[in-house]
Amino acid sequence: MNVIQPIAAPGKPAAATLGLVDVDIHPRADSMAAFKPYLSARWWEYLNTYGIRARHGFTGGQPPFPKAQPLACRRDAWPPTGGTPASDLDFLRFQLLDNYGVDVGVLNPLQPSGQGDRNNGFSAAMAHAVNEWQLEAWLRKEPRLRGSVVVPYEDGAASAAEIRKRAGDPNFCQVLMMSRTGEPAGNPRYWPIYEAAAEAGLPVAFHAFGYSGWAMTNGGWPSFYTEEVSEHATSCQNQVTSLVVEGVFERIPKLKVVLIECGFGWLPAVGWRLDKHWKHLKAEVPHLKRAPSEYIRDHIWVSTQPMEEPERGQHLADIMEWIGWDRILFATDYPHWDFDDPRAAMPGFLSAERRAAIYGGNAKALYGF
Amino acid sequence: MSKVIVAPVGEFPPGERKLVEADGKRIVVFNLDGEYFALLDRCPHQGGSLCAGAISGHVESSSPGEYHYSRRGEMVRCPWHYWEFDIRTGKSWFDPKRVQVRQFKAAVEPGAALVEGPYQAETFPVRVEDHYVVVEA
Repeated sequence: MNVIQPIAAPGKPAAATLGLVDVDIHPRADSMAAFKPYLSARWWEYLNTYGIRARHGFTGGQPPFPKAQPLACRRDAWPPTGGTPASDLDFLRFQLLDNYGVDVGVLNPLQPSGQGDRNNGFSAAMAHAVNEWQLEAWLRKEPRLRGSVVVPYEDGAASAAEIRKRAGDPNFCQVLMMSRTGEPAGNPRYWPIYEAAAEAGLPVAFHAFGYSGWAMTNGGWPSFYTEEVSEHATSCQNQVTSLVVEGVFERIPKLKVVLIECGFGWLPAVGWRLDKHWKHLKAEVPHLKRAPSEYIRDHIWVSTQPMEEPERGQHLADIMEWIGWDRILFATDYPHWDFDDPRAAMPGFLSAERRAAIYGGNAKALYGF
Repeated sequence: MSKVIVAPVGEFPPGERKLVEADGKRIVVFNLDGEYFALLDRCPHQGGSLCAGAISGHVESSSPGEYHYSRRGEMVRCPWHYWEFDIRTGKSWFDPKRVQVRQFKAAVEPGAALVEGPYQAETFPVRVEDHYVVVEA
């Protein structure tokens, strides 16, 4: 029988002594009209005529798999004033920021973001509009929130231009990409994104998902949503492998990469396997000056939600140790259905010092909050 | 222990649920075709409010490709992570022995027995001629 805990009063988790930073919040707009002020007449008309178009066929711009809950959201996240989850700033304050004592929350807009649209020109215009919307609807109204610069990532030059527009604006704390891009993320076509981000001092986050036309498993199209969510791990593995092996971190030493919602149990094994092959195949990739796992250790951060939950807590602690205690960032994924409650999701078997680092210390060091 | 009057029977139709507070606990009460069941309104996983969860039936499978849907309306799913619980027992679907929601006794009692107190029913008057759903917390 599980232990029944009393309903907790609002407030920060006691162990969050270095503050609570939530690196994964998904704001929504109730209507496309929210973006109209930030789109030119040409692109507004285009949006109304053709809509958002992912690179997946037959999806109408929508994710191809239905999610477990409506809009993939917590059923209690619909604001009492109407509208969809995380569309109402006051309710987001009430249910998330105030309820848990979040000091800094990072917005990762997903739908719409303009990212990965089949029309590169529209992708750039829509991403720009979503960034302006973040500023006006969220960031200028709520000092605890920071935005992610969404970019039309299939167009490296246009993405770099959008990043440079945001450089130096403290409202934005990172650049956002998706874990399934048109080509592996280390491909030179994406380098302008990483160069601009590093120049601006912004980490680049890869969030799970991305409808690039590729199937969400290496074996093709799966039958179940359970498979899709589990395969986020493999979608991120190939991004990490590509970034390392293409020499992106050798070329851009200041680049910092954050993997959001992709789990992390797999990351040490990918590093070990890359190291093994690198020893034999150095001549193929002479631009790699160090063991692949060293690039991973120096350049990559991960978010907690959804954490692997092995039967024995020590196994999770081992994985965290291998990744690095300073590399793990807390995330709720609010308002999505697989939300992690800050007071319940942190493994109690970790030391107070490590819990504090994961809750807030690591994110503050990474983002400079 | 305290007893709380949830609602007059006539105002608590089958398929509905009501949230009450008793002894400092939030308790959700379900009406399954005239039978009443009360569970702590807190998912044992991370604390989602079961009162906000979807109600469904029970899906079982003897082998891949086959399924059996039964007990329509007798399972509640956490509004967060979709953990499923049997409304009749509070037991979880995936690990009924180890993961359970605490259950409370729910019953129907005549108003005549309740007017004497010491019961909490602050929001409506109790009438001797009515029957009421009562939870013991």
